[in-house]
Amino acid sequence: MSEGQIDEGLRAELQRQGVWVTSMQELYNWGRKNSIWPLQFGLACCAIEMIATAASRYDIARFGGEVFRPSPRQADLMIVAGTVTKKMAPQIVRLYNQMPDPKYVISMGACAISGGPFKQGYNVLKGIDRYIPVDVYIPGCPPRPEALLHAFMELQRKIDSQKLSGENKADFLKKEQPSEFPVPEFGEHDLNPPANKDVYQPPKLERV
Amino acid sequence: METLEQIKNRAELAARGAKIDIVVNPGPSGQSSLLLDNEHAVGVATFLRDHPALGFDFCSNVTGVDWLDRVVKKTIKVKQIVDGVEKEVDQTTEEKIPGYLESVYHLFSMKLKHGPLVIRMRAPNRNDAHLPSLTPVWRSAELQEREIFDLYGIHFDGHPDLRRILMWDEFKDHPMRKDYVPPDDFEWEPTPHDEVLARAKQHYPPRPQLDGAEKITSHSDVATPNK
Repeated sequence: MSEGQIDEGLRAELQRQGVWVTSMQELYNWGRKNSIWPLQFGLACCAIEMIATAASRYDIARFGGEVFRPSPRQADLMIVAGTVTKKMAPQIVRLYNQMPDPKYVISMGACAISGGPFKQGYNVLKGIDRYIPVDVYIPGCPPRPEALLHAFMELQRKIDSQKLSGENKADFLKKEQPSEFPVPEFGEHDLNPPANKDVYQPPKLERV
Repeated sequence: METLEQIKNRAELAARGAKIDIVVNPGPSGQSSLLLDNEHAVGVATFLRDHPALGFDFCSNVTGVDWLDRVVKKTIKVKQIVDGVEKEVDQTTEEKIPGYLESVYHLFSMKLKHGPLVIRMRAPNRNDAHLPSLTPVWRSAELQEREIFDLYGIHFDGHPDLRRILMWDEFKDHPMRKDYVPPDDFEWEPTPHDEVLARAKQHYPPRPQLDGAEKITSHSDVATPNK
C-alpha cells in the first residue's frame, strides 16, 4: 500500500482500536532511520566529540546509530568529522563512492563545512561539499555532542520524509542520479579540479 | 654547559678547516647559535655528539627559516664640519643583505643534562638549495628534514629518504616560503576583512552604474543533489 491511500483520521482511529495500519514506505523508512550505521573514521578534533557522542554519556545508541562500521561497504552514514586536508580529500570521496546507496553525509564542524579557520590555507579543502553532496551541516568548532545528535535527528527526519515511488521519490532511487562522484586528482598546485561543478557552485553574487 | 665561544673553539680545533660563526640573538631569550659552514657541518655535528664534555646526543627540533633579500638601514651620528663648525650629523647607510634559506637544529644532551645548543646552516641559492643532512648524526632529524624539504625546498644531501612528507608527491610548490603564491581561488565571503577582502573583491562581478550604497548578497541557484 502506498502512502496517501488511507485517511489519517481513520488510521488514528484504527490505532486506538488496536489495529495498526501502515504503508510499505513508512515501515521501510522507519527501519532505515532507526538503524543508521555511521562509517568509523575521524579526521581531527571533531572526531573526539563524535566519540563522546557515541559513548555512554550522550549515547547515540538511543537513536540507533551506535554501530560504527570500519568498512564503507557496511555504512549508511558518513560523518565528516574534522578538517579535510587536500591530501585527504580524494580518500574521503573514494570512501563515499564505496558506500552502498542509500547513503548520507553529515558535515561536522567549521572545517568540514567551509575550511573554517584554515580557509584559504594552502593545504585545507574549503568544505567537503565541493566533492560530495552533504545532507546536514553542523557549524561549531567543534560542535558539542548535542549538536551532532541534533544533526542525527534531522537526518532521521529527512529519511522519514523520503518517498519510495512517484515523481518525488528519493534521489537514490532515481537511476539518472549519480551515486558516485569523481575522485579529485593531486595537481601541481592544488587539487584537480578544485571543486566538482555538478555538486558545488560557489555562491552567485548580486550587486544591488 | 660550556659557553658558545668554548664550544666553537673546541669544534674548530677538532674539525680541521671548519669555520663556525656565532649568530648573536639580541632578544630577551639571548639564545645565540652557531652557524656552521656547510662543508664541515657533518664533521662538526659528529664532534658535538661524541665529545665527552659536550655529548649532544639528542636533536629535539629541526626547523627551516626563509629570509628574503632585505635592506637594513643604519643611522649613525657622524661628526662633520659644517660651515666651519663641528656638528653631529645623522648619516644613514643602507646595507643589502642577500636572502637565504636556513635550517636550525636544537640539540640537547641527555647524558650530561644540558642544552639547548642551537646550530644553523644556510643555503644562499633558493632555486637550488642544498644543505648537508644531519640525519646520519641524529636519526631524529629524519622526518623533520623531510618536512623542511617539503615546505621550504631545501635538499638535504645524504638524507636516506628525502621525499615530501606533508604535501602530496605531485605538488610543486614550497608553501612555507615567503614568496609562495597560493592558488587564486577566493570567492564570496560572508564576513571578509583585510587581505581576504581585497583578494575576494577581485572575483566580484562588475559594478552596475549606480551611486550610493551597494550591497553584495549571495544566492545559490543550484540546489545540491539531495539524497
